[in-house]
Amino acid sequence: MSDSTNAATNPAGGAPSAPPPTAAAKSVFGSRFAAAATAKRNLGKRWQAIPKPTRVLFGVIFLVFVYLLPSLHLPVIPTKSDFTALLAISIVPYVLVALGLNVVVGLAGLLDLGYVGFYAVGAYSVAILTSAHASLPWLLSIPISVLISMLAGLLLGAPTLRLRGDYLAIVTLGFGEIIRLLAKSSDWLGAASGIGNIKSPPNIGPIKFSGTLQQRNLAFYYLAVTAVVVVYFFLRRLENSRVGRSWTAIREDEDAAELMGVPTFKFKLWAFAIGAGIGGLAGGLYASNVRFINPDGFQLKLSILFLAAVVLGGPGNMAGVVLGAVAVSYFPERLRFIDTKRYFVFGVVLMLMMVFRPQGLIPRKLRARRREPALDGEPFTDVSEGDPDLEGGAHGTETFA
Amino acid sequence: MTFHNFVNSFWSSTINGLVLGSIYALVALGYTLVYGVLRLINFANSEVFMLSAFGSFLAVKALNIQGTNNAAKTGLALIGVMGLCLLASVVIGGVVAVVVERVAYRPLRKRNAPRLVFLISAIGASFALSEAVGEWGIPFIKNKHREEYALTKYFSKTQLFKIFGADVYNSDIIIFVGAALMAVVLVLFVSKSRVGRGIRAVAQDAETAKLMGVNVDRIILITFLVGGVMAGGAAFLYELHTPYARYDVGFEIGVKAFTAAVLGGIGNVKGALLGGVLLGVIEIYGSSLFGADQNIGTVFAFITLVLVLMFRPSGLLGESLGRSKA
Repeated sequence: MSDSTNAATNPAGGAPSAPPPTAAAKSVFGSRFAAAATAKRNLGKRWQAIPKPTRVLFGVIFLVFVYLLPSLHLPVIPTKSDFTALLAISIVPYVLVALGLNVVVGLAGLLDLGYVGFYAVGAYSVAILTSAHASLPWLLSIPISVLISMLAGLLLGAPTLRLRGDYLAIVTLGFGEIIRLLAKSSDWLGAASGIGNIKSPPNIGPIKFSGTLQQRNLAFYYLAVTAVVVVYFFLRRLENSRVGRSWTAIREDEDAAELMGVPTFKFKLWAFAIGAGIGGLAGGLYASNVRFINPDGFQLKLSILFLAAVVLGGPGNMAGVVLGAVAVSYFPERLRFIDTKRYFVFGVVLMLMMVFRPQGLIPRKLRARRREPALDGEPFTDVSEGDPDLEGGAHGTETFA
Repeated sequence: MTFHNFVNSFWSSTINGLVLGSIYALVALGYTLVYGVLRLINFANSEVFMLSAFGSFLAVKALNIQGTNNAAKTGLALIGVMGLCLLASVVIGGVVAVVVERVAYRPLRKRNAPRLVFLISAIGASFALSEAVGEWGIPFIKNKHREEYALTKYFSKTQLFKIFGADVYNSDIIIFVGAALMAVVLVLFVSKSRVGRGIRAVAQDAETAKLMGVNVDRIILITFLVGGVMAGGAAFLYELHTPYARYDVGFEIGVKAFTAAVLGGIGNVKGALLGGVLLGVIEIYGSSLFGADQNIGTVFAFITLVLVLMFRPSGLLGESLGRSKA
């Protein structure tokens, strides 16, 4: 496969138009813009052609816009329910989770169907540390819960990451379910009734986590957006580092990567741990926001919803994934009539996406480059042809015993 | 841990485990067959099971059976009712499986899509089916909106005899024998019939099978059909055991059945049967070991799977539908 050798031997890994790794960080928010505008396919390219200071400026403006979003009272966008609450409780946390899952599914190409397990581990860690069995300050409980989640990722990954793609999928599915069932059965974890009285973050000046509901939601919105920005920044750096390039190589062709000297197991484990850590962070924030958690909040359905966000947006493309997460969490609220039917709609959408546009709303840049010569005129139907991006580390030839 | 509980209820746990395990085994066959020919986790198989579980409801509704003291519940009439329930379940199972293949998989197969794409499409199909039933219910049956549907009892569980002090019910016998019969028929079908040979050929090497004149599309369709029929049979037996159904009843059984298929070696028919029975028994033992907590049983089952995969990455009996004699 020429693609795979390409990916493995070309350490730059990114699109030709992508900035060099050192400069990439500054254009982080830039690609979000590109995201919003990829209706015409080469807009992204045009975006990359804009001088970097301009792009950074746009990025900053966009970020300011995001922070001000709840205060702007824009027409059309808001939902019938409280928009700030929706942003703080649903949309931004989903973005965070989707970014984390994207590391595992999109970047490293490992299919994780039990991501909600890590989310639950994070949430329960914060609950235990600040309410049920200890009374640590909130600021300390978050990093600890991230560490615990990463540890859970390592513990799950170490025995299972040597398994082939399909097996990994089912084992992670089992993991997601085990965490919930254990929480449900264990009195130490509050059993079915869950854990309450989880601590909120401390107030920072005018940002009051202990104020009125409105203030509280706004405060959590700022907190969650900040977490997203930090994670996005961190992941963008990681994506363009040795680690990120190894992930790409593993995703494209694990055997080739191994032959090229990439320690595949180690990097898969890293992907798992980092993904788990971000999931745990999201879970921890969720727990301190709702202040009460029980096992029913961590059903496996949620995993599928997270996966839908990643797949919908475009696995491997962070801007796409952000868009996907916003779509998955926003539209069911905006279009109230699909409310309880949302899982049905997502099921159908997932199916249709796979049939008509498996690369997601905003495909990964690397792929855009590969298809460049065919961009004019040629339809997207050739995606399938040996498209290794979505192959999830499974090797067809090997399994045909 | 309550060892004495485990010891006291050992034989009844064994019987329950075997009964549960035979249902898992039948559903696992659907996973294993499809995996064998397509290398695809047919995620929607759990929803095939769920929809077939409503087959008994439809049959009972069509026969207008109400209450418990009805003539349809003894002797030949009972057998007739059961036959109709089985038929309805099996037909629904087969039809749904084939429709899923047509809608969710065939378009992808036509353009040779990678496997993750198949899997996600399968998850989508599974979700859509389950949620559609949750939201809109089943035709001809009053919609209960995500609540549990209770099957009118046309069949009463009676204790037949005791083994080492454990009760054995007539339903246990029917389930175990019925599942065994279906399994034997399936094994014979795959190993002896012409179509079965086609299935094995496609599993071994689809390209070559095509060159040798096997109609691969037809074989794949038949594989889905057979898998659906097995899930339908399992759903019928399940309704004898637990006369309830809900839109999400398929999920747990589906996951466990797939686990069973992996445990035995996915793609391997005998492996699926072995894995199913083993998983059922392990699950019940696990839950009785921890004070009859069903959740712990499930946890036990998954941990067993991880342990087995660590030491035998291709399951207990190895994974090959193509090469195995069965």
